[in-house]
Amino acid sequence: MRGAVIEIDGAKGRESDEGARAVYEHPLPVRLCHWVNSVALFVLIGSGLQIFRAFPSFGAKIPQKDLLHWPKSLAIGGWLGGALQWHLTFMWIYIASGLFYLGYQIFSGNYRQVLFLPRDLAGVWPMVKHYFFFGGKPAVNEAYNPLQKHAYTTVFGLGVLSVVTGLAIWKPVQFSWLAWLMGGFHWARVWHFAIMWAILLFVFGHLVMVILHGWNNFVSMLTGWKKDPEYDPR
Amino acid sequence: MVECLLGRRAMDLQNDDANNVDSKSTDAASGDAKLVDATSVSPKISERRFRQMNRRELLKLTPVIALGAFAIPALREPLLKQGLRFSDWASGKLFRSAQLAPTFADSAVTPLEKFPLNGYDVDDPGVIFENWTLSVSGAVEKPGEYSLSQIQALPRTRQNTRHVCVEGWDVIGRFGGTRLSEFLNRIGADTTAPFITVSCADDYYESLDMATALHPQTLLCYEMYDRPLTREHGAPLRLNIPTKIGYKQAKYLTELKVTRVLDRVGYWEDQGYSWFYGL
Repeated sequence: MRGAVIEIDGAKGRESDEGARAVYEHPLPVRLCHWVNSVALFVLIGSGLQIFRAFPSFGAKIPQKDLLHWPKSLAIGGWLGGALQWHLTFMWIYIASGLFYLGYQIFSGNYRQVLFLPRDLAGVWPMVKHYFFFGGKPAVNEAYNPLQKHAYTTVFGLGVLSVVTGLAIWKPVQFSWLAWLMGGFHWARVWHFAIMWAILLFVFGHLVMVILHGWNNFVSMLTGWKKDPEYDPR
Repeated sequence: MVECLLGRRAMDLQNDDANNVDSKSTDAASGDAKLVDATSVSPKISERRFRQMNRRELLKLTPVIALGAFAIPALREPLLKQGLRFSDWASGKLFRSAQLAPTFADSAVTPLEKFPLNGYDVDDPGVIFENWTLSVSGAVEKPGEYSLSQIQALPRTRQNTRHVCVEGWDVIGRFGGTRLSEFLNRIGADTTAPFITVSCADDYYESLDMATALHPQTLLCYEMYDRPLTREHGAPLRLNIPTKIGYKQAKYLTELKVTRVLDRVGYWEDQGYSWFYGL
């Protein structure tokens, strides 16, 4: 999608006749979902790790072989019951924001900006090469480059999977077919845990990119407007 | 359409300078050609105006701050309680009486010595079996004391089902007993009453919704692995509810009440755990 474009007259340090340009990149629903979801993810991962502390294993209870001892200071909820309260509360916020985001993207057509399609495939490798310092910068002509589209589309898919695997753990009887699909109740727990790490990996990469791309880019997720976009928005 | 609206909004910002733009192009039905028209005209605004606009957009994110309520201790508790209550309500809605918990072959059953024990107080509250009875009260036609042999006289059911602990582990066990629904029938329980509460020899207490109590896999369990319950597994009588989390499946039962009012919810529920916790 091409957002609205404006020219800013008399922008600081510029000739008045070639004023700065700004493009409306992130519609309000996207920004709202982004920030609500950031909080929800933070709480869900923190409380999830506290829940995991109660039985940090995927095997039998007897004999119990602990997989990892996650520090309590990096978890939310303080104890199992508290963590479950956080988890069972924020999962609704997470699901609601996800559904709202999905509905908005579909009905507004804004998904065209972010949805990774087969035709974006060719652009992924040049972007990877560029980011890892062994390739030139590919031409930028839309809000999201192919690698970004790939990342954002994948992480939405991971979000869906986190909910589906969570449902299989929470309701292994009512949704026994879901647990079965995942290879059984045990595996549903493994997947749920693995998906959390995959999402964390995305968050790490995402934050690195946000830092690298500077203030204008960061502000655009707050105000929607990106000043001086790299591409010609028209 | 959204592009159009955004285009228009950007244009509105140039005060009344919009005469050079056909405002009808913002109609939803105007199609792509005009849509490009609307966005290809870049309105000019001043730096000050741009900053104002950004501030306004930033303010629109204030609803996110509402989540900050969870950071305030006085609000956190009631909010999380509400979240838990909502989850319980949804769990109740998701529960289907006809949905059976998966059952397993004998070969998939975990041996009894590897069936974990999670007592709340002691492994053996010292029940004297000769004197033991189940006290039945509440909305029933035949209240009173029921002996183990009276319960065992009812049809016996055996099942290999998964026992899921709130901690995250699970174990497949073999349970035997009589369906709670059979017993409720025997005591003439009013099954329109919504709750069943139980008390235990170790002062543990629990409660159940009637739909789960009537579920065909909900047992008054007096056997595990085809042998009488051992003391640490809740002898002489416990609940076995494959559609519920472990802590709902109280051991060492001494009292059972059919009730319309839930005066006591459950030991772990009172510590902050979910009440319904259906699987």
